[in-house]
Amino acid sequence: METTSTLEKTLRLLALTLVVIFFMFPIVWIFLMSFQTNETILRIPPQVIFEPTLSNYTALITGKLTSAAGTLDIAFMKNLGNSVFLSVTSVALALVLGVPAAYAFARHKFKGSEDIAFTLLSFRFAPPLLVLLPLTQYFQWLGLANTYIGLIWVYQLICLPLILWIVRGYFEDISADVEYAYRIAGHSWFATFRRIALPLAGPGIAAAGLLAFIFAWNNFVFALVLASADKQPVTVGALAFVTSSGIQYGQIAAAIVLSVTPTLALALYAQRYLVEGLSLGAVKG
Amino acid sequence: MTTLQLENIVKRYKNHTVLDNLSLDVKDGETLVLFGPSGAGKTVLLRLVAGVIDPEEGRILIGGADMTDVDAEHRGIGMAFQNFALFPHMDAFENIATPLEAKRSSADAIKAGVHRVAKLLKIDHVLTHQPKALSNGQKQRTALARALAGSPPLLLLDDPLRNVDAKLRFEMRLELPRVLAAQGATVVYVTQDYKEAMALGDRIAVISDGRIRQIGTPEDIYNAPADIDIARLFGDPTINLLDVTPNAEADGVSVLLSDVRIALPGIPANAAGKACVLGLRPETLRFVPAGTPGAIPVTVEAETPLNEKTVTLALTVRSREILVSRPAGTPGPASGSAHIAVDGANAFLFDKETGALIARHGSHTGTQGEAA
Repeated sequence: METTSTLEKTLRLLALTLVVIFFMFPIVWIFLMSFQTNETILRIPPQVIFEPTLSNYTALITGKLTSAAGTLDIAFMKNLGNSVFLSVTSVALALVLGVPAAYAFARHKFKGSEDIAFTLLSFRFAPPLLVLLPLTQYFQWLGLANTYIGLIWVYQLICLPLILWIVRGYFEDISADVEYAYRIAGHSWFATFRRIALPLAGPGIAAAGLLAFIFAWNNFVFALVLASADKQPVTVGALAFVTSSGIQYGQIAAAIVLSVTPTLALALYAQRYLVEGLSLGAVKG
Repeated sequence: MTTLQLENIVKRYKNHTVLDNLSLDVKDGETLVLFGPSGAGKTVLLRLVAGVIDPEEGRILIGGADMTDVDAEHRGIGMAFQNFALFPHMDAFENIATPLEAKRSSADAIKAGVHRVAKLLKIDHVLTHQPKALSNGQKQRTALARALAGSPPLLLLDDPLRNVDAKLRFEMRLELPRVLAAQGATVVYVTQDYKEAMALGDRIAVISDGRIRQIGTPEDIYNAPADIDIARLFGDPTINLLDVTPNAEADGVSVLLSDVRIALPGIPANAAGKACVLGLRPETLRFVPAGTPGAIPVTVEAETPLNEKTVTLALTVRSREILVSRPAGTPGPASGSAHIAVDGANAFLFDKETGALIARHGSHTGTQGEAA
């Protein structure tokens, strides 16, 4: 028995190692690439031993990309700022709109409430490319093309349904009696929402907000079509590294590392809420 | 203290009528027990009174004022829930303090108020605990304390002892009347336990299928159940129900049990010849020596000694089962065959078809007129 269990352990460890290598290798490789020049990256065969350089990061941060063909301006830091601004405001707006709506859908069954909720969810079904063309037209008429407001509005297509449907489930999980008890004790429905429903659904709201943030951050196609250079997030801005004098692999790698960092940090910080929030029944009284 | 009147309340969910034209009158300072099987509409009724759901028809008056369209927070009610419904993110003190906070009491007044009820319910030592750190009994006391904290004139208790173990339930059954008296509120108490109903109620309203079947003092309901179902619900062991056909006699009617004639004084003569059910409470039956006039011969099948009484299952000569209950320690039947004395004056006679009690002449039948 002892031998089989040792064998089993070894095999399990081996399998885990393979899986980790498979998933982590690209990330580690990009991390390593970000400290190399284009020349060392393109060496054949590739080498793990190299002289690290911070030139990629300095180029990104100063915004000056020096290549064989000359100096090029790169608005990466601006793009990163746009990403942060667009994602944070979009998620904030989606929370302000979505959480009360989720509460209404969870607690008040009115005529057509299911239909409205489903319609909001259906925004997620349509391929973004399908709605982009008419949207671009409308936005030009409305003067919303290439504005932050326009982009934040479109980002609601991504964030709002997500928050609405996840948070609604959490509100439905709160026993109605708990809320009744607070009402009967003499508090208004709004106080009940604020003091009982919101804190109890807190982990779920945090989880939904984080997911919405990641989706908004990673969005590419809406920003590609609806925003020009100065409003673009990193996902679109990265295209600038494909220059006439070649692809700047080092800078791309550094840009990826920088743009992954905020979501990664947020996810690590919010991990306990995620686990708490995504495991159902966390708010049973 | 206050009064509560329900006038012709109708509540439907989709096509299912939960409360069917129900009217109820709770007097100032009284404890009214709503008793009935699950699904009878008791909880719905309490929620209507509390104001968290609305009736389709009818009016709700509290202290004479029409509260039908008044929001729950303005009705001045205290309510305890069957599942406790404590706020999981607040400790026991904060839970109990919520009605006082709603009244915008000062911090000192809140503290004093919470400690008053905590002391009354003996939970002053666990006030800093979160609900999940409380035992079931403490949770239930915390929930009660919260309902009492605001000194509401009307208190609704929805089967508060349902989810606690038998020992705690027994303790609380003894303790609650004192607590409720100290509070001085008008109380509507929901339960499915007839002993709780008898112990706590000034009056009991028996409710089933969304209607009030009988309302009266515990004695009224025990001694003159309006129909077979109610007779069956009250009493442990359950009442003996035997199919009989009464015979006309010169002075009323009588029934034959194992060929022994039992006179039923006061039963109207028109019951004769009708299919009826005879109800005999097990504790009204006695074992008597053979040869006693009017005794029914039976065979003893089994005896169950309980703490305070012994229950015997006996069979009549026609193999009808009869339960006999006697105080523990009193002598029982000696052997397999025994005799039972039946006092016709203590027996109930029900119409088999409708289930309704056949009233005796000049007997006291409680206030069942309200049952409609």
